[in-house]
Amino acid sequence: MNSLTHPGAWIHLDWVLVVVVAWLLIGLAGVLALRRFRFVAVVLFPMGACFSVLLMAVALSAAFASPEVAVLPLGLPQLPFHLRLDSLSAFFLLLIGGVSAGVSAFAAGYFRQGEGTPPGLICLEYHVFLASIALVVMADDAYVFMVVWETMAFSSFFLVMANHRIPEIRNAGYLYMLVAHIGALGILLCFGLLQANTGDYTFANMRQQHLTPFWGSVAFVLAVFGFGAKAGVLPLHAWLPEAHPAAPSPFSALMSGVMLKIALYGMLRVAFDLLQDQIWWWGVLLMTLGLASALFGVVFSTVQVEMKRLLAYSSIENIGLICTGLGLSLLFFSYGMQALSALALTAALYHMISHAFFKSLLFCSTGAVMHATGERSLGKLGGLIRTMPWVAWPTLMGVLACGGLPPFGGFVAEWLLLQSFLFTTGLPSAFLDMLVPVMAALIALIAALSGYTMVKYFGVIFLGQPREEKLQAAHDAGWWERMGMLWLVSGCMLLGLFPNQVIALMEPVTKSLVQAGLAHTASDNSWLLVPVSMERASYAPAIFLLGVLAAFGLAFVLVRKLYHGRMRRVPPWDCGHPWQTARMQDTAEGFGQPIRQIFEPFFRMKRHLPSAFDAQPHYRVTVEDPLWYWLYLPVARLVERVSRIVGMLQQGRIAVYLMYSFATLVVVLLVVKR
Amino acid sequence: MSALGIFSQLLALVTALLLAPLLTGWVNQWRAWLQNKSAPGLLQPYRMLHKLFKKESLVAEHASSLFRMAPYLIFGCMALASAIIPTLSTDLPLSPAADAIALVGLFALARVFISLAAMDIGTAFGTLGARREMLVGFLAEPALLMVLFCASMITKSTSLTAIVETLAHRELAIYPSLLLAGVAFTMVSLAENARVPVDNPDTHLELTMIHEALILEYSARHLALLEWAASLKLFAYSCIGLALFFPWGVAEANAPLALVLALPMLVFKLAMGGMALAMVETASAKMRIFRVPEFLGTAFLLAVIGLLVNVLLGVG
Repeated sequence: MNSLTHPGAWIHLDWVLVVVVAWLLIGLAGVLALRRFRFVAVVLFPMGACFSVLLMAVALSAAFASPEVAVLPLGLPQLPFHLRLDSLSAFFLLLIGGVSAGVSAFAAGYFRQGEGTPPGLICLEYHVFLASIALVVMADDAYVFMVVWETMAFSSFFLVMANHRIPEIRNAGYLYMLVAHIGALGILLCFGLLQANTGDYTFANMRQQHLTPFWGSVAFVLAVFGFGAKAGVLPLHAWLPEAHPAAPSPFSALMSGVMLKIALYGMLRVAFDLLQDQIWWWGVLLMTLGLASALFGVVFSTVQVEMKRLLAYSSIENIGLICTGLGLSLLFFSYGMQALSALALTAALYHMISHAFFKSLLFCSTGAVMHATGERSLGKLGGLIRTMPWVAWPTLMGVLACGGLPPFGGFVAEWLLLQSFLFTTGLPSAFLDMLVPVMAALIALIAALSGYTMVKYFGVIFLGQPREEKLQAAHDAGWWERMGMLWLVSGCMLLGLFPNQVIALMEPVTKSLVQAGLAHTASDNSWLLVPVSMERASYAPAIFLLGVLAAFGLAFVLVRKLYHGRMRRVPPWDCGHPWQTARMQDTAEGFGQPIRQIFEPFFRMKRHLPSAFDAQPHYRVTVEDPLWYWLYLPVARLVERVSRIVGMLQQGRIAVYLMYSFATLVVVLLVVKR
Repeated sequence: MSALGIFSQLLALVTALLLAPLLTGWVNQWRAWLQNKSAPGLLQPYRMLHKLFKKESLVAEHASSLFRMAPYLIFGCMALASAIIPTLSTDLPLSPAADAIALVGLFALARVFISLAAMDIGTAFGTLGARREMLVGFLAEPALLMVLFCASMITKSTSLTAIVETLAHRELAIYPSLLLAGVAFTMVSLAENARVPVDNPDTHLELTMIHEALILEYSARHLALLEWAASLKLFAYSCIGLALFFPWGVAEANAPLALVLALPMLVFKLAMGGMALAMVETASAKMRIFRVPEFLGTAFLLAVIGLLVNVLLGVG
């Protein structure tokens, strides 16, 4: 059989299209079997997961191949779909395939009968979403890009609204849609500038254009605005903590793990590939926005008391860190320092892929916990490690990866980022040179705070005593859920332990974007990660892990050999307090309290303290996002006022409307005549 | 990787494991003397460990396996940390596996596990201790990283052995950035090793303790491992300080004779450092817990200023 796009031979691009078509067919099958719950769960979702694995394999092989292009006779006349599969697309396809394989397997066991949208419809929306994101990273003209981008936005909107009977979820979905479309407007305008009045919207044409510094900067700022809104970069982050908790957990996992990265893909494509003459302050802008988002995200995530909101804020933090890496890379690139640019870009790409795995894992774990207990508030959980070990231990791995601890992928990314900050001295501008150490200090602070958040997340949910009676009866995850989570855990582990192999995958990407790579230093020593030179820095996670485990094992064996291993179970000691209740533990609020106190100016906080004479004393604290009051509500009020003025035109009488048409016609004629 | 390298690696590890409790004992002895008390013997920590290892371990009835695993893991982390810090020699085969940033990550890993283990039983003190430990940690960790970055800015490397080799060979001059970093490092190491003014290793008063609250539920061999790990941490921090600010006397590759001399040199430097630590602890008073962020914030800022001074003066 010959390929559609290239008669004669099958190329990688065809295989990706096969996966896309297969996903669409699975979605259709879901519609046909609208309410046949077992069929959708046990057949369709696992089939989707199989195609994800296929996509992963194709992407792995395409990463090292030369770029492939295809023109599909779809779309409008004269406007066919241009597709292109290069190393950057392949990297993102790998990310999509790897994460969605685990999440689809998890979803097979996740959806329950009689919850919100019928299962067949969810299956359709889910697979259309997957197909559209796979096409976004392959789009090679602005038209197809916007079509699949909007398909992605709509399918994800319906997934967020899966439980649309709850009013908060409807609000969250509306906010998400609004921000997505304001962002899409920015992207559309950006493409309009990039084609530079040639009328040709293919990316190949955009690469040829050299915009003036002013219009180039406008295009860049529009891209940062448009893609930043989708990625949750400050100040357009407000939809993220609303939409993530609203969506069903497997879909929150895909949104946070994959969709945010696709937005960053867009930023990367425009800033490094489509725009030609980079200017230094673009990098500084991106770094500043990134650091602000990261600090804001991590500080807010420490004080959250709802598990999915906590993770959503943590996603804002991670996206911020990735943007910082991208910004640094752009800064170096604009000064022609390609090797350092490649280092920072590798750090950002590494962070993207490891965040995709660990954050999807954590969102899946919240889904399993919510199913088992019916609770999403941290204050009502606790002690689940004893009833749900299959969820708790994989989550622990995800938590360690998210906290940026060795030997997991998150640490490698942070390590690379700090390395690229540390060797910055030598930038042409003294001011920038000084700024860089301060930024490195902030990154270190953010990384340490994320450890705090993760200890809170894991400790409050899984450790301690159950805070509610019913938690004793919580059931463990099913087999499909376990398989999905273990797949994601193995991803986190591989990313942490084999950085050189992962970086080898990124080398074609950095080579094509900034004309330099790291892999030549990395491949000399297959165990050691050596980004610059041996004397400067090296890190070997596998040896690191072996060292800790060897010491662990030796201590374990020697204690038993030299002494003994006797143990007795007794009631907890707790300084001799005879009775202990679960309510004496720290609550989620309590765990966040020091951070609330230290970072007080960040929050808009309302606190109600009981007085000594209250008959029914209670303590209440609410923490809100100040940006909501400083930015969103004023803008909303302004829009409302403007629309009221515009509304005055609206009379509801046909004669008046005809009058408007007549007036418009006259004005147009006057203009045209001249 | 030479035979001498492997030998010096093993020697460094064994020295750390054996000397660490001795250092704790030495500091405790000086503290007692300075406070006009009669001091326990120098070998008291060893007796303590032996006694604890002999006892039967009592574990809370609902403790999970995380609780029982944590002491071994924390001990493992600290053992690896003291193996990669150039204490006696810079010819360490393990050193390329983990640089200064990975070392900070290693300490963070141990901290996360001790906090999680403390939360596992679900007692009031355990969770309180965990929260305070993470509070101290999130400020101390970046400060320590910044101190190490000051040194790596000067030496153009984050590898600990390379830092020590370069610093040991420069001419004797006071770098302003290292001076600031030194002050910051002293503050951080007081906090990280649960010392006065941040925490009191002797206290069992519930409202003030941090480290003691974390290990309240542990007994026998688990407690022994945690105590040993704590003294290894003190040892590791002291050695980082010595390596950064007094790097002389550490043996280098292909110098077997220097290795012989390095051990008495190290013992001497540690003895001096221990005395200084006891004096600092005696002269200062315990702070309120909410003063601690200010204290550590100062350390963090000092280290960042050190880094900036480095960039400004351009002392490569």
